[in-house]
Amino acid sequence: MNKDRRNFIKQTGWSILGGGLLISVFPLLPGSAHASKNKNHIFAFIVDIEKCIGCGKCVNACIKENSVPNDFYRTWVERYHILENGEVIVDSPDGGSDGFKPQEFKHKVEKAFFVPKLCNHCKKPNCVQVCPVVATYVSKEGVVLVDDKHCVGCSYCVQACPYGARFINPETRTADKCTWCYHRIKKGYKPACVLVCPTGARQFGRIDDPESPVHKTVKEKMLQILKPETGNEPMTMYLGLDKEVR
Amino acid sequence: MHEIVTSGFLFPNEIEVHWSIMIVIYPYITGLVAGAFIVSSLYHVFGVKELKPIAKFSLVGAFCFLNFACTPLLFHLGHPERAFNIMFTPKFTSAMSGFGYIYSFYLVLVLLEIWFVFRPQIVSMALESTGLKKLFYWFLALGNYDLSEKTLAIDRKLILFLAAIGIPSACLLHGYVGFLFGSLKSNPWWSTPLMPVIFLMSAIVSGIAVLIICYWIVMKAKGMKPDNNCLKCLYKYLWGFFIVDLTLEMLEILTMYYEAHEEWHIISRMLTERLGFSYIILQMSICSVIPMILLGIVSLTNMKDSTRNTLGIFSSALILIQVLAMRWNVVIGGQLFSKSLRGLTTYNLPFFGREGLAMAVVLVALPFITMYVFNLILPVWQKEVPKAEG
Repeated sequence: MNKDRRNFIKQTGWSILGGGLLISVFPLLPGSAHASKNKNHIFAFIVDIEKCIGCGKCVNACIKENSVPNDFYRTWVERYHILENGEVIVDSPDGGSDGFKPQEFKHKVEKAFFVPKLCNHCKKPNCVQVCPVVATYVSKEGVVLVDDKHCVGCSYCVQACPYGARFINPETRTADKCTWCYHRIKKGYKPACVLVCPTGARQFGRIDDPESPVHKTVKEKMLQILKPETGNEPMTMYLGLDKEVR
Repeated sequence: MHEIVTSGFLFPNEIEVHWSIMIVIYPYITGLVAGAFIVSSLYHVFGVKELKPIAKFSLVGAFCFLNFACTPLLFHLGHPERAFNIMFTPKFTSAMSGFGYIYSFYLVLVLLEIWFVFRPQIVSMALESTGLKKLFYWFLALGNYDLSEKTLAIDRKLILFLAAIGIPSACLLHGYVGFLFGSLKSNPWWSTPLMPVIFLMSAIVSGIAVLIICYWIVMKAKGMKPDNNCLKCLYKYLWGFFIVDLTLEMLEILTMYYEAHEEWHIISRMLTERLGFSYIILQMSICSVIPMILLGIVSLTNMKDSTRNTLGIFSSALILIQVLAMRWNVVIGGQLFSKSLRGLTTYNLPFFGREGLAMAVVLVALPFITMYVFNLILPVWQKEVPKAEG
């Protein structure tokens, strides 16, 4: 009897130790640090910089559609002026929501363009990796979302996002960001910003759908991503991205 | 409230600094825990006999700081009522999710060690007191009044064991706090493999420094003579750890400067335009060079005890400021420049409010008040403790 008990305790001990080791080793396995592993990233967002006119309709549509609080942005537009002396001037007054007033510079402007920004819905998102309570997660379609009923508001994800796409919503006191209008795309609609863009600078759709404009762009065009060195593999991609854009 | 002054371009969501002074004092208090515990272990595990007068106090200090290590985080969270989500629904890929477990483990460990160290004293107080007081000490003693040599020998073994596993735990606790920052690749000011080591070293340094000052103040307040051999030993340890700490801090910034990655231009601007006082003057000049020299003199030369103590305590105070400045420069500094690497913002520290300066001062003061209360319940400086190990 005593021997049985000893064996039982021994085996339980080994099982707990083994289980503990397995659990602790699991996060170290390649790729497992990123929750989006095995998720189907079926959507992509394409921004065509040459088409953007900086009208700010997208920013306003986003604010209205998602009740974005004042002074924070789920999407915004940046304006770049590259001067002949090499100086780069970037601005985004009120996130570009009211468009942009012309600016004058001492030096000649060589290049000027607008860059719409939003959450990159990365394949390997830093924000998901660092969220301590699984409030930030990747949906089965590959969209990075926040569960504001579970988020503790620690801001770790805000710090971890290399794109400045996240903020703490002062009303909910939780992390907030672009969801690609998840409530709309689930029903087959376009995100609000894509819908209102007058020039087609913003495209959204399924990569695997031959009817989707995104499908053709991804297959045929040369695309860039923001901060590729982070290894985040964004699913928001850019056409005509200048080297000065970060 | 002052207006936020920005220069250059920041992403629109970056204007506001998200991690406030609460996140500055969180690693500060945690560091004091780790440092104080290491001092106690130097005596209990490594047998540094000179530290005997302070061994018990350092353990109590570690415990008191540990009680409030998490409090600043709770003041910072958007939803503190959900704080336990970190333990109930942890995400093991998140550096932060481990904190609840590491913290709890360490708290239990320190609590156990304190109980064993103070057990003879608890028992003797239980035996001496009457009424409700007796009941209270009986409860603290868990009803066990056995102080036989055999039991005390077991206690001593357990103290040794707890102190021994406490050392890697203390290192883990604070190295881990450094890892919280060092593992964020989005921020070039934080993302360096040296960060956890620097946090650990500065933790040890701040822990020793705070013990020196507390010991001195308590002795003066009680009209007792401080043990000069003990203080001398502490100065030496402080000097040694501070040399390593400062070297690592210098190496980190020199590497950044020498490598000069694209982010260096904004980091150097941040250091000069925003952290000129707290980084260049406090952390890297006044509060590091002066204590480095003074502690060197104190450790290597013979001098009058009073002179040595004046210099040593002055150096310890400067080092406490240095470590606080370091925490500030890491936490706040890392949020003062844009991830676009094109602009700088400012952090306006409010005086009042949940994340204000007044609240931070209160939170830093709480562990010291707890020490005072602890000493009322279990006098730390009582000399004639029967057969007590500590």
